[in-house]
Amino acid sequence: MLNAFMSYLGSTVTPGEAGNQFWALIYVLIIFTGVSLAVVCMNWLERKALAHFQIRLGPMRVGPHGLLQPIADALKLMLKEDIIPTEADQFVFWVAPLIGLLAAFTVYTVIPFGPSQAVSDMNIGILFMLGVSSLGVLGIVVAGWASNSHYPLIGALRSSAQMVSYEVAMGLVVVSAILMTSLNASGTGTLSMIGIVQAQQQQGVWFIFKFFPLGFIAFAIFAIAMVAETNRAPFDMAEAESELTAGFHTEYSGLRWSLFMLAEYAAMIAVSSIAVTLWLGGWMRPFPNLLHAPACEFIFSLFPGLTFGGLAAIAVLGTARMPAHSFFKIQRIGLAAFAALLGFIALLLLVIAVAGRSADTSVAARFREGIDYVYWFVLKVAVFMYLFIWYRATWPRYRFDQLMKIGWKVMLPISLGVLVLTAIVGVIFP
Amino acid sequence: MVPITTLHYLVVAAALFVLGVIGVLTRRNVVIVLMSIELILNAVNLNLVAFSRMWGNLHGQVFAIFVTVDAAAEAAVGLGILIAFFRNKETVNVDEIDLLKW
Amino acid sequence: MNSAMNSAVSTINAGMAPVATPWFFYVLAGLAVASGVAVITRRNAVHAALALIVTLLSVAGLYLMLYAPFVAGVQIIVYAGGIMVLFLFVIMLVNIERSSKERRFNRMWPVGLAAACALMALFVSAIAKGNKLFPDRGMTLLESSNTQQIAAMLYGESSRMGQYTFAFEIASLLLLVAILGAVIMTKKKI
Repeated sequence: MLNAFMSYLGSTVTPGEAGNQFWALIYVLIIFTGVSLAVVCMNWLERKALAHFQIRLGPMRVGPHGLLQPIADALKLMLKEDIIPTEADQFVFWVAPLIGLLAAFTVYTVIPFGPSQAVSDMNIGILFMLGVSSLGVLGIVVAGWASNSHYPLIGALRSSAQMVSYEVAMGLVVVSAILMTSLNASGTGTLSMIGIVQAQQQQGVWFIFKFFPLGFIAFAIFAIAMVAETNRAPFDMAEAESELTAGFHTEYSGLRWSLFMLAEYAAMIAVSSIAVTLWLGGWMRPFPNLLHAPACEFIFSLFPGLTFGGLAAIAVLGTARMPAHSFFKIQRIGLAAFAALLGFIALLLLVIAVAGRSADTSVAARFREGIDYVYWFVLKVAVFMYLFIWYRATWPRYRFDQLMKIGWKVMLPISLGVLVLTAIVGVIFP
Repeated sequence: MVPITTLHYLVVAAALFVLGVIGVLTRRNVVIVLMSIELILNAVNLNLVAFSRMWGNLHGQVFAIFVTVDAAAEAAVGLGILIAFFRNKETVNVDEIDLLKW
Repeated sequence: MNSAMNSAVSTINAGMAPVATPWFFYVLAGLAVASGVAVITRRNAVHAALALIVTLLSVAGLYLMLYAPFVAGVQIIVYAGGIMVLFLFVIMLVNIERSSKERRFNRMWPVGLAAACALMALFVSAIAKGNKLFPDRGMTLLESSNTQQIAAMLYGESSRMGQYTFAFEIASLLLLVAILGAVIMTKKKI
C-alpha cells in the first residue's frame, strides 16, 4: 500500500494512463468530494457576495457570518417532502436530475489539475468534455417535459434552444484554440487536455495572449457562451422567476431540486475549467518559463500557504470585530476555531513548501509540486466563479429573442472569423 | 471467457439493424420511424468500426464519421419535413401521410 | 497497404493491457440491444428517445473498446448531444397527447415484421456460414494518435494520406444543403 503510494508519487502519468484502477478510483472519490465541497462553498459565497453587492448582510445567524448556512440548507432539503406530481411521468421525472448530475460530474474525469493530477489523459479529452457537458441539456429538457406542466415545458424549450445555439459558437472557438496547439515543430495538434496545457508551456504563451486580439476574442466568446451554457444570469431565461416561476425545475422539491442545483454549480466549475485549460494555461503558475530560477520557484510555492494565511487573518479580524455582547460568545468561539483551522492549513502548506523547495524527486518535493499545480488551477477557476456571481449581481436579464439574436448573428460570425483568421495567421507566422 | 472477436460486434450490429428495420416498417409515429433510422445507421457504423479494427487501418473509422455527418443531415431535414407536415395536417402518423396534395 | 497505415498497427503486446474486459463488452452490447428494443416498442416517444440515447452511449462505449476514441467522441457530441436534443425538441413541439393514445403500429405491421424476420434469417445464415471467413484476429490500433491519423486521412497533403479530402468537402456541402432545406421547410413565410 505504502509502496504503491510512493511509486505512484514517482510516476509522471495520470492513474488512468498508468492503468492503475485503484488510484483512478481514489482520484474520482477525491474529485467528487472536492467538487461537492466547492459547490457548498460556492453556495455560501454566492449568497454572501450577492448580499454585499446589494448592501445587505446575507446569512448571519447560522454559525458565525452564516458559515454553517449551506449545511443547514442541505439538511432542510434532505428532510423536505419529495413531491412527485400525479400527472407527471414518474420514471422520467425521477431520472431527469440524475442525467444532469451524471453529465456534470463525468466531465471531471478529464480535467487536468496538474500534469499527472488527473483521472485520465484521454486522446480525445476536449471533445469528450464538450460532448458530455452537452448531455446536461438532456436532463433539463426531460425534466421540463416530465413535469407535465406549462412553465417547466416552456423553460425546458427555452433552455434547450439556448444551449444548442451557444454550443455552436463555443465549439468553433474551442477549435481555434486547438488550432493553436498545432503551431509547434512537429506540426501536429492535440485534443488531450494535458497536451493543450503542455503546448502552451512549449510555446511560452497562454493562448489568451497568442496572436493578440485573436486569442482574446476567442476567450471572450467562450466566456460569454459558457454563461449561456450553464443557464446563469444574464442568460437565465430558462429559470426567469418573473416569467416562468422557476423554469424547468418548478415542480421539483427537496432532494431532487438540490440535485439540479448541484449539477448546475458542478457544470459551472467544469466549463470554467475548460476555459482555464484552453486559454489561461491550466495548472501553470504565471511566467513558468521566464522566472524559473530556484528563488522564484520558492517564492511562487509559498503562495498556497500565504493564501490560506490571508483567509485565516480575515477570520481573526472577524473574531476581533465581533460585538462584545454575551449573545455572540459562541459565534466568536466558532469563528476563532475556523481561523485556527485555516491557520493550521496555512502552516502545513508553508512547511511543505519549505521542505520540498529543492527540485528533486523526494516525496516532499513531489507533494509541493502537486499542491502548486492544484493551487494555481483552482485559483484561476475561482476567479471565474466570482465572475459568475458578479454577472448575476450586475446585469439585467436578456429577452429571449435578444439572446438568440446575439447567439446566431453576433457570436457565431465572430467565432467563425476568429477561426479563419487564426488559421491564416498560424500559416503565415508558424 | 471467450475473447471478443469481430464476429461478436457483427452480431450486435445485426441485431440493432434488424431492430431498426422493424421500427421503420411497423411504427406509425414518424418521430420513432426517424429514430429507428438512426438505429440502422448506428448498426452500420458499428460494423464499419469493427472491420476497421479487424484490418488494422482507419478507413472504416473515417467512413463512420461520414455516416454520422449524413445522419445529422438526415435528422435535420427529416424533422423539418415533420414540422412542416404537422403544421398542415396536425398529425405525425405515417399512415395518414397518404395524399400527394391537399 | 501503405507504410503510414502500417504504423497505425502496433503489436498486441505493446503498451498496457486494455482495461476493457469481455464482461464489459457483454454489458454494453446487452444494454444497446435491450434499449434498442425499447426504442421500437415504447408507446411514448420521449421514452423511446431516452432509450435511444442509452443505445447511442453504449455503442460509443463499444467504439472505445474497438480502439476508436475519436469516433466515440463524435458519437457522443453529434448524436447524444445534438441530434437527440433536436428529436426531443420536436417531440415536445408536436402534439404528443393524441398520438400516445392511438395504435402504436400501422395496419401493415405483420408484413413489416415478416420482412424484418426474413432479413434477420438472412443475417443469421450469413453469420453462421461466414463464421470461418472472418479472420479471427483483433488488431490493436494505436489509440494515442487516433485523432491525428484520422486528421491526416481527411486533410493530409499527399494524395495517399489525404484521400478523403474531396469526400470531406462533399460532406460539408451536404450539411449546407441540409441546413438550407431544414430552414426552408420549417419557415412559414419565406
